[in-house]
Amino acid sequence: MNIALQIDSLIKTYPNGVEALRGVSFGVKQGDFFALLGPNGAGKSTIIGIISSLIKKTSGQVKVFGIDTDDNFSLVKQYLGLVPQEFNFNGFEPIKEILMNQAGYYGVKKNLAKERADYYLNKVGLFEKRNDAPRLLSGGMKRRLMIARSLVHEPKLLILDEPTAGVDIEIRHTLWDFLTELNEQGLTIILTTHYLEEAEQLCRNIAILNHGILAENTSVKNLLKQLEKETFILDTQKSLDSSFAVDGYEVRLIDEHSFEVDVKKEQAVNGLFSALSAKGIQILSMRNKSNRLEKLFLDLVSSRENETSDAT
Amino acid sequence: MQLKEQVVAFNTIMKKEVIRFMRIWIQTVLPAAIVSALYFIIFGKVLGVMIPDVNNIRFIDYIIPGIILMAVIQNSYSNVVSSFYSAKFQRSIEELLVSPTPNYIILLGFTAGGVARGLMVGMSVILVSFVFTDLKIHNLWVISSVIVLTSILFSMAGFINAVYAKSFDDISIVPTFVLTPLIYLGGVFYPLSALSGFWQNVAQFNPILYMVNAFRYGFLDNTDVTLGAAYAIILLFIVLLFIFSMKLLRDGTGLKS
Repeated sequence: MNIALQIDSLIKTYPNGVEALRGVSFGVKQGDFFALLGPNGAGKSTIIGIISSLIKKTSGQVKVFGIDTDDNFSLVKQYLGLVPQEFNFNGFEPIKEILMNQAGYYGVKKNLAKERADYYLNKVGLFEKRNDAPRLLSGGMKRRLMIARSLVHEPKLLILDEPTAGVDIEIRHTLWDFLTELNEQGLTIILTTHYLEEAEQLCRNIAILNHGILAENTSVKNLLKQLEKETFILDTQKSLDSSFAVDGYEVRLIDEHSFEVDVKKEQAVNGLFSALSAKGIQILSMRNKSNRLEKLFLDLVSSRENETSDAT
Repeated sequence: MQLKEQVVAFNTIMKKEVIRFMRIWIQTVLPAAIVSALYFIIFGKVLGVMIPDVNNIRFIDYIIPGIILMAVIQNSYSNVVSSFYSAKFQRSIEELLVSPTPNYIILLGFTAGGVARGLMVGMSVILVSFVFTDLKIHNLWVISSVIVLTSILFSMAGFINAVYAKSFDDISIVPTFVLTPLIYLGGVFYPLSALSGFWQNVAQFNPILYMVNAFRYGFLDNTDVTLGAAYAIILLFIVLLFIFSMKLLRDGTGLKS
């Protein structure tokens, strides 16, 4: 399979001496839905800035569909669609004009630009607002506008920096569906997000950055396998007394109708249900205590930080 | 990016710029016409009748070309400096920077927007001047070429100012403290011979003097400089500003970190 993005030994040191990236290397396959995660200041936006030419790298190599940005950045830009973290459109320019102008900057002729602007505005639910100025839109609508704008030149690689920040749950799910649809049509998508649920839901592969260093680069599936245990919350029909326990499982009572239980990697959830059935306890509902990826992410980041502090 | 795609990108930037200043024409086109009308009333009708002819030309007729070019210079400059700086401030310039549009097309697109406003304002001042005098045309080619080239020059100067600007104050410093004095001392209201010998020499270092005089020649067949010198200076400045603007864009000065 072709590689959509290949980053090798990427280093960025800002003029004030801050080392945002300290030799990052990873690849994204064509057609992938890839998550780039990391705490604030990890270097995610710097990587995106370098790929899109808004930030100048200190050293290293960036290739998009095999083309080195040092050799032909113009062609690389033709392949890229970018949804930045901050709103970056003219707040007074009508929405449809923003899309048509963006298409024009990529050499798309007026009629086709108009057609695409209408299509993508429809897709993100902004067609009715097409003649309004963006400053009148809500935060979620502005973010959808940026997504539509990034698609009008029909890129092969879409990079979204926190695309659903500030977007309500319903719209977030609509956007997820739309992004999934685009990915299924063959568009390679790279996503940075603070919502780890979003990464788990949408992405197949993942890279975790911490302090400008790649902390992990694997599939979401493999990453989740690293979970030593998962904590579930179960609600019961029958009241539980303070001596409630289940053999082989660590149980903590929350109230008389619910408890949390740790299920280790080697344990089956079936065993837990069997043990509960034997006690005559019926389960009404069950859920994860925290997002699984979130736990792994925090573990990874804190373990790397411990390694760093031990080394120093 | 292929040439035909570059043409589309250029047209897009230029059209966007024209729509921008036409959308707010009350702030961008109308003021120059009103200010010019005031100049014509005060210096032409009220004070002008008390001022003797200059080189056998009525004072109001003498100052009209300079006032037209002053409006062109100020508006070409301010169009690009305010538009490009606003795009930087709102970060909408990133729309262009992440696109494959070549740097020279970005520069030419914004310059074309500045020229469009400069010419539109110039035309509005010419129309106003018809109310006060019969404007004669001596050489249309000189008028057309000087107005377009001057507008290009000051659009590029505005672009450079916008690239360096870090605040809205920075985009008004140059027009107020550099451009306006150079225009007023650039022979708009008086001939070079009105100055003493020392100041005549100093005035010849002011490039606007050459533009105003060449433009005046186009209307009145009267100039303090040779046309050749005027065109050479205008073209030299255009080339230098173009090269410098391209270097700024290539280095990402004020645009990329």
